[in-house]
Amino acid sequence: MPETTPPSPRPLLLQGNEAMVEGALYAGCRFFAGYPITPATEISEVMSLKLPALGGTFIQMEDEIASLGAIIGASLAGVKSMTATSGPGFSLMQENLGFAVMAEVPCVVVNVMRAGPSTGLPTHVSQGDVQQARWGTHGDHPIIALSVSTTWECFALTVKAFNLSETYRTPVIILSDEVVAHTREKIVLPRPGELQVLERPRPGAPPEWFIPYEDTPRGVPPLPAFGEGYRYHVTGLVHDVRGFPTERPDEIAPLLNRLFRKISQHFHDIQMVEEYLTDDAELLVIAYGSVARSARRAVADARAQGLKAGLLKLITLWPFPRRLVEPHLGRVRAVLVPELNRGQMSREVKRVNQGMTKVETLNRIDGKLITPGEILARLQALSGK
Amino acid sequence: MADVTKLIHKYLRHEKKFPHVWCPGCGNGIVLGALIRAIDRTGFSKDDIVLVSGIGCSGRMSVYVDFNTLHTTHGRALTFATGVKLANPRLQVIVVMGDGDATAIGGNHFIHAARRNLNLTAVIINNSTYGMTGGQYSPTTPYGARSATSMYGNVEHAFSIAELAVTAGAAWVGRGAVYHATLLDQLMEAAILKRGFAVVEVISHCHTLYGRKNLLGGAAEMMRAQKEAAVRVEKAATMTPEELASKFTIGILADRDLPIYTQEYRKIREAARTALAGED
Ligand SMILES: Cc1ncc(C[n+]2csc(CCOP(=O)(O)OP(=O)(O)O)c2C)c(N)n1
Ligand code: SF4
Repeated sequence: MPETTPPSPRPLLLQGNEAMVEGALYAGCRFFAGYPITPATEISEVMSLKLPALGGTFIQMEDEIASLGAIIGASLAGVKSMTATSGPGFSLMQENLGFAVMAEVPCVVVNVMRAGPSTGLPTHVSQGDVQQARWGTHGDHPIIALSVSTTWECFALTVKAFNLSETYRTPVIILSDEVVAHTREKIVLPRPGELQVLERPRPGAPPEWFIPYEDTPRGVPPLPAFGEGYRYHVTGLVHDVRGFPTERPDEIAPLLNRLFRKISQHFHDIQMVEEYLTDDAELLVIAYGSVARSARRAVADARAQGLKAGLLKLITLWPFPRRLVEPHLGRVRAVLVPELNRGQMSREVKRVNQGMTKVETLNRIDGKLITPGEILARLQALSGK
Repeated sequence: MADVTKLIHKYLRHEKKFPHVWCPGCGNGIVLGALIRAIDRTGFSKDDIVLVSGIGCSGRMSVYVDFNTLHTTHGRALTFATGVKLANPRLQVIVVMGDGDATAIGGNHFIHAARRNLNLTAVIINNSTYGMTGGQYSPTTPYGARSATSMYGNVEHAFSIAELAVTAGAAWVGRGAVYHATLLDQLMEAAILKRGFAVVEVISHCHTLYGRKNLLGGAAEMMRAQKEAAVRVEKAATMTPEELASKFTIGILADRDLPIYTQEYRKIREAARTALAGED
């Protein structure tokens, strides 16, 4: 195709799922493996249309275990890779997710949450997988999980998820939900170069000197692609700096501690929240995903009624952005955490709160979104008006 | 050093991974030798080979060899290999699995990989048991055999891995045994050179666990039994089912030219480019 000047950006009307594909392609994703599941299927479908035209590869695997295995393999061969699923498929992915953590393979895993457990309510919204994203794979491990609440975020945070994944050599989970995935909103896609796109660290040393899992000041060892002459070993076993299995305590602890440290050392880059009218807020709503949309509206309505309400929207769910939440807890009269589960994130807020303020919950698990009215009513009750 | 030993050493990693985990006399070492000799004959550079393995005694093979090596999760080696190959079709991807790895937990991936026909080589070391976990029964443990979880005799019936691969659509299927070292070398080489999904089932022995439980003797006795039970595919064609009852065939079971996934996918890329060219 001849090179043409890019057309001036015109607004598009995209679903969250479609915007995620655009974000992934913008970030340089060129490999996608998936297995159909509501409400994530559109991501696979649009990927299957667009990736091949860009010289990339889409493949529909035999299940979600295979999908994650394939994207790990593709990433090791040097290609930015992604998969997308919903609860049942996310459950199947857990073992290979741990592999990607242990072997430090960049990849992005989207979970468009629907109500569970089990097959649950395939077409209804939920936020029931928040703790699964944190602890679903076995063993003590760090993880990064981002939450999206708008079509724009489906685009921009997918780009960010790839950046984090590549920069820190870790799987990054994006938690979307049925409402965000299927809501159509106006979006102007940024031109190439407008958003930052980052690449994985590459070895500077020649193969003879290369030590694949050596610690670095950033805690992230460089990652050459298979076939580039480095011939290193990748394994899910605990390994030494050369990548070979070890059972020596003096090699085990440094590896596992480094996996945590490479994340904790970069909290400032990884942890993100969005504040709305929080400066003088006395009543703070802490919300994420589709519920944050209702919460924003409820906060605006509360303000109109003279209540000093504010919204702290969590974008990074894991590692829990304690640093960004704590200062608010010391200031406000009460916190309300509405969510579509029985309190998976509010328990995190309470853990951090340590009695600083009152933390209340608002939970729905019936497949319906929490409405602005429900949140407003609770804010009114909390204010005593 | 004898020339063959020198050759093997050229492909082994010498820093820190030896001694290996395998029992003395295990067939895994013979398979590794055959694989290395075959790779050497094909002339591929070490940098171009990706050796992917599953989990099990057999799965430990990847750590010892000086290629790009990927030791995956139990049963899933072919899925990782699929990603590697699709992302960089220039790489020669060889996958080593155990019988439990490939046909129990990984059975689904195995048949779909065969059906898909990527240009991959799959080596399955069939020792009729789960070696690494202590000799439990696997999908290839014979009916009636004793294992750590079938001490009263196995009531399940075994898969024939090579025949399964033929039926699932693999482009090339061969079966050898560790006793027949020369044939094994040839099969490995042919499988690597084959354009398409090529499967080598290697009949091996786990004398420490399976052999002991079934009073089959040591490694030497079990290899002798392979010699007695093996029948060349060509000869088997002239024998009756009764004559073949306690035998297994060795040789090439299937060799067909089928469209290769990555070539087919190139057409998809063209179609997508044409279809999307009108849009911006
Ligand atoms: C998901 C999972 N389940 C079980 C295991 C335990 N496990 C390790 S190796 C193995 C069986 C290996 O048998 P086989 O594939 O025949 O290989 P061999 O050890 O005989 O070479 C099992 C069950 C595991 N590692 N992962
Ligand atoms: S347990 Fe069996 S399969 Fe494993 S190394 Fe020993 S002999 Fe080989």
